Amino acid sequence: MTTPIIETRDLHKWYSGVHALKGVSLKVEKGEALGLVGDNGAGKSTLINILSGLHRQDQGEILLDGKQVDIRNPKDSMRLGIETIYQYNSMVPLMTISRNVFVGREPLKWSIGGFGILDEKKMRDDSVKAIADVDLHLRSPDALVGELSGGQRQGVAIARAMHFKSKVMILDEPTNHLSVKETSKVIGFVKGLKAQGVTSIFISHNMHHVFACCDRIVAMALGQIVLDKPVSETSIEEVSEKL
Amino acid sequence: MRRLVKLALQKPELASAMLLVLLVLLFQIRSNGIFLSINNVRGILGLLPETALAAVGVTLLMICGEFDLSVGSVFALMPMSVAVLTVAGWPFWLAMLAGVALCAAIGFINGWITIRFEIPSFITTLGMLFMARSMTVVISGGFPPRIKPGEVPSWIFVGFVDGGGVIRASVIWFVVIAVLISLLLTKTNFGNWVRATGGYLPAAAAMGIPSGRVKIACFMICSVLAGLAGTIQSLRLNSFLPSIGEGMELQAVAAAVIGGTSLGGGVGSIVGGLIGATLIRVIDNGMVMSQIDANWFKFAVGALTIFAVVGNAWLRRRGRAMKVETHTK
Repeated sequence: MTTPIIETRDLHKWYSGVHALKGVSLKVEKGEALGLVGDNGAGKSTLINILSGLHRQDQGEILLDGKQVDIRNPKDSMRLGIETIYQYNSMVPLMTISRNVFVGREPLKWSIGGFGILDEKKMRDDSVKAIADVDLHLRSPDALVGELSGGQRQGVAIARAMHFKSKVMILDEPTNHLSVKETSKVIGFVKGLKAQGVTSIFISHNMHHVFACCDRIVAMALGQIVLDKPVSETSIEEVSEKL
Repeated sequence: MRRLVKLALQKPELASAMLLVLLVLLFQIRSNGIFLSINNVRGILGLLPETALAAVGVTLLMICGEFDLSVGSVFALMPMSVAVLTVAGWPFWLAMLAGVALCAAIGFINGWITIRFEIPSFITTLGMLFMARSMTVVISGGFPPRIKPGEVPSWIFVGFVDGGGVIRASVIWFVVIAVLISLLLTKTNFGNWVRATGGYLPAAAAMGIPSGRVKIACFMICSVLAGLAGTIQSLRLNSFLPSIGEGMELQAVAAAVIGGTSLGGGVGSIVGGLIGATLIRVIDNGMVMSQIDANWFKFAVGALTIFAVVGNAWLRRRGRAMKVETHTK
């Protein structure tokens, strides 16, 4: 068996006295599409927030490609190649597509101490290319993200993550609040990731979405993993029962 | 073409820019041509940089999603501390440096307390409004310091730069600073972070932007600009009074809002803040020139503020509702 691309060992997290994560150990193989399911409060989001750097674990280790890593903030997580797509789709509606694609990681013409002049042409050109790469066709990178539909926004978020060569893409309920048509588009994006060799963790409480695009299902309940099986060996009924 | 109209409608400063042109024309007619005479333009240009500099800082801070009520007090504090230090024998430029550092420190405290204790900046800076004003009175010792004309190089800030005596150095200072802040906001990565922080904080945080530090930096810029504006006013009048700038904080907010900056953050432009500040000055002056009772000035600014916000929201909705293709397939 190869080294897992991402591994957690005995992760614990308390939120002001609530034991939200009770020793989660999880291995994700390279190129795998993992579906993470569970009811509200099961600990899915806590686990994801730790991997994406929004929170820190109180106990336990995270390994990336077999090496122990310390994820202190979102920047650390992105530097390690973990990109997270949130249900509210981490985009600023009042900013343009190209600015959103590069927000926090702007290409600069020149800079002093990390501050500098934006390379706006590169931002436009690269965002057009990144968006086309995920098979999304938008007319202008200067349109405001607020003018896009929910599915298009998730498409841009995925394009952004792909552009920055993510190794692991975490999709935290990306299909929430989307119409049926848009949802299938997003599921299409996720399937596309596998073809490009990107490992993905897809979080949802909609079983059908997870079963539609994942190789393996991990179910969580009350802060623990209660089921971990390949899609072919389980069913929606079995997973539902465990939750 | 439709796309251009759509973009123009969504520009928040558009409505106020049109209003500005209209009012200038109106006042010019009502005052029988005095409004745009050399003497009157000189008067407007003398006062404008002072209000507008404070408005630029407040606009930047509001785009970042925060608010500063202490600018009026800082407006008085910096010139007072510069004057007191100069009278005490400090070289003028060293005193200026100390004054700028003091303003930066106040901005830092405003920002740090707001971020660290997660309280609304409305409260932090309301507190600072009182504290900075009190400090101004205390360091003045109750008597305005006396600086003889020529003792400080005030010409660098307020001397006339053209032969005709219309444009003061303060206009140049203000234009240069406004252009720099505007470029900072639109052309740099820092500006992108400011907009993201004010536009949607969770997204900014998720993308690893140091939002707290970005906000603190904006608080500091805001305070320094307010202090500079007050210093320019004091040098122009050659009198250092502890009472200047009272009510300025709300005028600066009004200027930003009239220019299309949203109270919620994320929306706005420096140009908008400038147009707003100019509108306020034009109304103030134009009403006098047109022989309207000057006590209506605040009424007009108030009405304009409400009108601008309602009007901008309406224009933006119209702009957004205009259908243009975003899809190619």
